[in-house]
Amino acid sequence: MISFTLNGQAMKVDVDPDTPLLWILRDEIGLTGTKFGCGIGMCGACTVHIGGRATRSCITSMGVVEGADVMTIEGLDPAGAHPVQLAWAALQTPQCGYCQSGQIMQAVALLNDFPSPTDQDIDAVMSGNLCRCMTYTRIRAAIKKASASMGTR
Amino acid sequence: MARIRNSYDSLDALTRRGFLVAAAGASALFGFSSGARAAINPANAGGTPSPESAPLFEPTLWYAIDSQGIVTINIIRAEMGQHIGTALARILADELEANWDHVRIVHVDSDPKWGLMVTGGSWSVWQSWPIYSRAGAAGRIALIGQAAKLLGVAPADCQARDSVVTSGAQTISYGDIVKRGKLDRRFDPKELATLPIKPASDRRLVGQKVAALDIPPKINGTARFGIDAKAPGMVYARPKIPPTRNGSKVKSIDDAAARKVKGYLQSLALDDPSDTVPGWVMVIAETYPAAIRAAELVKVDWAPGPTSRVSEADILDHASRQIADPNGGAVLGTGGGNVNAVFGAAKTVLEQTYTTSTVLHFQLEPLNALALEKNGIVEIHTGNQWQSLILPTLAKALSRPVTDIVMKTYLIGGGFGRRLNGDYAVPAALAAMALGKPVKMVLTRADDARFDSVRSPSVQTLRMAFDEGHEVIGMEHHAAAGWPTQVMAPSSMPKTPDGVAYDPFAISGADHWYDVGVQKVRAISNDLANATFRPGWLRSVGPGWTNWALESFMDEAALLARIDPVAFRLKLLTAAGRNAGSAPNSVGGAKRQAEVVRRAADLAGWGATLPKDTALGLATTFGQERDMPTWVACVARVHVERANGKATVEKLTLVVDAGTLVDPEGARAQVEGGALWGLSLALHEGTEFVDGQVKDTNLDTYTPLRIVDAPELDIHFVDSVEMPVGLGEPATTVVGPAIGNAIFRAVGARLRHIPITPAAVRSAIPV
Repeated sequence: MISFTLNGQAMKVDVDPDTPLLWILRDEIGLTGTKFGCGIGMCGACTVHIGGRATRSCITSMGVVEGADVMTIEGLDPAGAHPVQLAWAALQTPQCGYCQSGQIMQAVALLNDFPSPTDQDIDAVMSGNLCRCMTYTRIRAAIKKASASMGTR
Repeated sequence: MARIRNSYDSLDALTRRGFLVAAAGASALFGFSSGARAAINPANAGGTPSPESAPLFEPTLWYAIDSQGIVTINIIRAEMGQHIGTALARILADELEANWDHVRIVHVDSDPKWGLMVTGGSWSVWQSWPIYSRAGAAGRIALIGQAAKLLGVAPADCQARDSVVTSGAQTISYGDIVKRGKLDRRFDPKELATLPIKPASDRRLVGQKVAALDIPPKINGTARFGIDAKAPGMVYARPKIPPTRNGSKVKSIDDAAARKVKGYLQSLALDDPSDTVPGWVMVIAETYPAAIRAAELVKVDWAPGPTSRVSEADILDHASRQIADPNGGAVLGTGGGNVNAVFGAAKTVLEQTYTTSTVLHFQLEPLNALALEKNGIVEIHTGNQWQSLILPTLAKALSRPVTDIVMKTYLIGGGFGRRLNGDYAVPAALAAMALGKPVKMVLTRADDARFDSVRSPSVQTLRMAFDEGHEVIGMEHHAAAGWPTQVMAPSSMPKTPDGVAYDPFAISGADHWYDVGVQKVRAISNDLANATFRPGWLRSVGPGWTNWALESFMDEAALLARIDPVAFRLKLLTAAGRNAGSAPNSVGGAKRQAEVVRRAADLAGWGATLPKDTALGLATTFGQERDMPTWVACVARVHVERANGKATVEKLTLVVDAGTLVDPEGARAQVEGGALWGLSLALHEGTEFVDGQVKDTNLDTYTPLRIVDAPELDIHFVDSVEMPVGLGEPATTVVGPAIGNAIFRAVGARLRHIPITPAAVRSAIPV
């Protein structure tokens, strides 16, 4: 039995500790906002926060989730109105949308570490997240917009 | 606490939706509907359709207005990032004079009543424009007619605007008209086809900025893609992909090791009467991670198909031999003339050969499909771009009438043409029928790559004849590649004037708008490519290689003719003869291409002095096809590091003339994404066949563009009220040759193969 906190709620699951967190979130708990892309931690579509850190859930075993605080896109803001989400909407950033949960979770973590990121900061942190529609210029602009709005809150 | 069971919290919504079986004929197209919709609304969490209040008024097949005035517009195109439902709804709502806040969209499930269901070719807006405009106009006329009756005035004294009909001081809303009146106005297709469309000056929604309806669920995790589908009692499947795409046979399966995996159920060799997935074995388990693990342990012994030793070099060598043979292939109609005589009499002939590597779609949502049978209907839950193509194949595979099968619609996590080929629906359907329970098949990334319908590698030879004054007097373009349409939809291939069927998508671009005197364009189907893999329609298809060759060659020709490459192109874009263009799709012809070339050159500062080893390169295309030209020009500013050959794209300037822009922000997004795709294909992507399979199957070695390499984009559209044409693909293919031309102008290295590697640049720099 593995206990952890998911989006603020206590969870207990009886699974093989080798099972990746991604499939527990998607198939057992039913939170499908976190996506499967590459399965080797290199596309970022499965990005969630564990203890506030952006983490690739496709290569994170349930065994290491024991006792951890996990947040997914569904838990970011009750109204889906986190400043990063608002910036994403304002700039009409998503195209197909498949990678965007991961992009947003990565961007939120980025802004926690670098409240006013430079282009270099953005490139360094966000280059682990593939957008196959190539919405990169809007992602960069949306991060800056979110940074500005979070700074003035 | 017990193990958390699968929670089917959205299942109710799913089953409530139900499905429409094949509807009746023309009479069903008009009048009142039952209100039951088999569809998704991408603006809502989970795609749940919005409720509608009876009675409904359905002036045509394409939408209904309910008694609250809510206009629900049916979209038969797949949503895969283009925000296509928003654009199409704007067209209809504009003519309907509807209040945009009252408009909802639904992406519908497959049904014969919709006609051809395909989303590709950058066609959606262009194809739908006349239909949706007139459908909207029909509703407006009907509502005004009914309002006039209710208000006791003449229709001519009524005006519709924002979902309200006004006559003098009297008003009545669309919702109230529907609620009060028995609307009996009918429009037969003939009548619809002749309805006038508003002049551009009266457009109120088309061309205005709008928030795409599908975006909110895409930023809060509630957007529902095919991979998110579920059904009670379903099992998971991961395939064992056979050693060859075609012709593999299963000799034996050993699942002894897999049986130790908790949740593993069985391995199933598929019996496929449609021969879509020969040699497939489905590894079935209670959970997907169990299916992944078990599949790694299941050992299958195959008798591979005949292409199990084929390499990339074999495919390219075969293409070269085909091009060297003057016979064979399909010669397009390009205006006649004796090409051999002109080349024989030429003062100078320039000939060059260009090649492109195999490219993966690498759409981020791996292929998947959930199949199940309910009430005698086989439901295929998956994102798909060409339902009408795969349905008959599914019928053959399942040995059931096509009317027994419905494709349920989902958002697509990246299409780029991969899901035009619905082959992935077949194994899920076969497994579900064999097991008698719902089967959800998901491919891992490596499975997806090995089962991709790749963009074929290509070989092209171009020749240009010049007279003594360096004037162009003739041109040849020979292109050999795998032909997706021949392999997957042969009956839809057009014929040359000589009666030879050919794949238009594999040669489009070579039949360009430059005036080059006599012209020969020869398309050759690479049968070894067709046998080794299932050639794919990959974003832009043939123009991905034809424009690479053509626009690189134009710069080489300009060099030979000792003219600036921009001036050289403008000189040939005369808009004379067959390049004059015609109404409604190509009004102005090559003049419009010349205009985007001029503007892009000006905006990018063509001719200005740049830092050392940095240069501008230009290319131009007409997008996808002569029948629907989107005029594009791109200037790439590229810096090359001589020491290691690394080319860095610093800026891309694009000018696009796509006629009327229905959704300007969506248009810009498509050009942004398309241009960066072009950059990615030119410098970052590419794989090769080794022993009948692609070599690169995941991001450890297949490396699409990341944000760090995304340059500044400067994108401009030409103001136009001409026919709206395509935007999903045209920006893709203009970028590669612009980069190649810039590299040459920066350091003198002429590259004739994409992807361009630093090693290739370094070795091509003249010493």
